[in-house]
Amino acid sequence: MARLAAMDVTDGEAARLAEELSRVLDHFDAIRAVPDDLLPPVPDAPPAPLRDDVPSSGPGERAYVAANAPERARGHFVVPRVVSRNG
Amino acid sequence: MTGDLARLLDGPAHGLAAAVSAREVRARDVAGAALLRAGRSRERHGAFLHVAGEDAIEAAAEVDRRVAAGEALPLAGVPIAVKDNVHVAGMPTTAGSRILGAFVPPEDATCVARLKAAGCVVVGKTSCDELGMGSTNETSAFGPVRNPWEPTRVPGGSSGGSAAAVAARAVPLAVGTDTGGSVRLPAAFCGLVGVRPTFGRVSRLGLVAFASSFDQAGPLARHARDAALALEAMSGADPRDATSLPGASPDLLSRLDDGVAGLRVGLLDDEEGVHPDAAAALSATARLLASRGASLVPLRLPRLALGVAAYYLIAAAEASSNLARFDGVRFGARAAGDGPAELVRATRAAGFGDEVKRRVLLGTFALSAGHREAWYERAQRVRTRIALDLGEAFRACDLLLSPTAPGPAFPIGEKSGDPLSLYLTDVFTVPASLAGLPAVAVPAGLSRERLPVGVQLAGPAGSEALLLAVARELEAARGPWTAPPDVIR
Repeated sequence: MARLAAMDVTDGEAARLAEELSRVLDHFDAIRAVPDDLLPPVPDAPPAPLRDDVPSSGPGERAYVAANAPERARGHFVVPRVVSRNG
Repeated sequence: MTGDLARLLDGPAHGLAAAVSAREVRARDVAGAALLRAGRSRERHGAFLHVAGEDAIEAAAEVDRRVAAGEALPLAGVPIAVKDNVHVAGMPTTAGSRILGAFVPPEDATCVARLKAAGCVVVGKTSCDELGMGSTNETSAFGPVRNPWEPTRVPGGSSGGSAAAVAARAVPLAVGTDTGGSVRLPAAFCGLVGVRPTFGRVSRLGLVAFASSFDQAGPLARHARDAALALEAMSGADPRDATSLPGASPDLLSRLDDGVAGLRVGLLDDEEGVHPDAAAALSATARLLASRGASLVPLRLPRLALGVAAYYLIAAAEASSNLARFDGVRFGARAAGDGPAELVRATRAAGFGDEVKRRVLLGTFALSAGHREAWYERAQRVRTRIALDLGEAFRACDLLLSPTAPGPAFPIGEKSGDPLSLYLTDVFTVPASLAGLPAVAVPAGLSRERLPVGVQLAGPAGSEALLLAVARELEAARGPWTAPPDVIR
C-alpha cells in the first residue's frame, strides 16, 4: 500500500500502521454487515457544471505556478536526472 | 491598549463593525490591538502559527479610507484569524504540515477575499490538525493548541487554533474548515458558535484540499449574529469552484430574531456513549426550545451510527487522491532522492505526519483493486442511505438536535495513541457532512468540570438562516456569552 501511495515507510512504521489500520477496519466492517437491499446502488458522480472557456488573464501564469517550487531553473521544475548520461 | 479598544475586542464583531462604521474608532487602532492579542494567544495557547505585521495595519487603514468614503461595510474593521489551510495572499500556508515547506500563496481564498471586501482585517493564521486531519489539533506538525477553558485540554480540531483564538478573545471571528466536523467540534470544546454550511455554499477555492466532496469553510464566533454576518459575507457562487452553488449569498440576518415558535425539532434518542453532562445539556436545550414554542419530535435514525465508517473511508480515499499533488517537485518541501520516484517517496515520508500517512494508506487501500467494491463503493452506498434517511427525517421535523461531541474536551495526549477512539469523536458531526447539509454547533452550558458542552442543530440543504435563528434564540435564552478563565487581554 505504501508503494501504491508513493510514500516510503520504515519497517517499524509499517508494522505499527498495519496494526492501527487493522483495528480501524475491524470497526468499519459494520458497513459490510448492512443487508444489501437496504443500500441504494453506488451513486453516479454529479456532472460538473461547465464554465465558459475563456482564457484567464489572472493567476495561472508560469511565474505563479512556479513561485513555490522547491527547485526551478529557466522557468522549469528541476527533478533528479531520469536517464543517466551513459544510459 | 485603551479601555475602549479592549471593550470592543471583548464584545461582538457586529458591535465593533458599528463603531468603526460610525468612525468612533479607527480600524487601524483595532488592528494594532488585535495583533497584540494574537501574539499573546500564540504564546499562551499556540493558537496562531503566523501573526501578521504592518500589512494588517495597512489593510485596516484601507478599511478606514473606505468607511470615510461612505462605503457601507458589514464587518468594517473586524479583525479575523484564518485557519492555516486557507490561503491569505502573502502569508505562509502550512496547513499544520511540513509538506508545504515555505509555501506562500499568491492570492486569497475566495472566502477570505470576500471577508476582506466586507471590511475584515486578517491578523494571522491559526494552527490546525495536519491538512485538516484530526479532531484535537494534536496532529499539527507545530505542536498542540491549548484550550483557553483548561490549558491542559485539547481545543478540538481540526480548526483548533481558530476556536482557541476566538474563545480567548484574541479576535471576535475566525475562519475554519469543516470536512467531518472540524468547525463544529472545536466550537463545542471552546464554547462557541460554529457553522458548517450547505456543501457548495462557500467556495473551496484557496482551501488546501483534503476531501473534496466534504470540505467547506465556515465561521467560528462567540455570537450567532456574528456567525451569520461572517457566513453571509463568505458565501456565494464562484466560477472557479465547480461545486459552488449558483446564486447570491443567502439572507441570514433578516430572520435571525424570528424565534422558534412552531418549529418541529427532531430529537435523536440515541445516547449511547454520550457523557452524562453532554446528555444533560441536550435535554436542557430541548426543554428550552419547547418552552419557547417549539415542538419536540423524538426520532430514531440507527443507521447514522454507520456514518463514521462511511465518512472515514470516503474522506481517506479522496485524501489519498488529493494529496498526490505533494510530490516535492511543484511546490512545498522536498527531500533528497536518487531519481524522481525516490524523491517523491522520500518527500512524502518526511513531510507527512502519522495521521496523514494513516489516512493516505487507508484511502489507497479502500480504492485499490480487489478492495474497492467492498470498502469504497460500500461506503458510498451507506453515504447515500444516510442522506436518504436524513431527507426522510426532515419531513417529520424542521431541524435535528443532537450533541455536537460525545463529551467535553479531554486532556491533551489522552487519545492521541488511539486513532479509532478519535474517529468516534466525530459520530454526531459526520452525518451532515456525508449528506452535504448545514449544521451549527451552539454552546449549551458548562459541564460539572466547568468545560463547555455544545449541541448541534442540523437542517436540510439551504437552512442556514433557520439554524442560525435557533442558535440566536438559544443564546438569548441563556444570557451573555461566558468567557473562559484564560482569556487574552
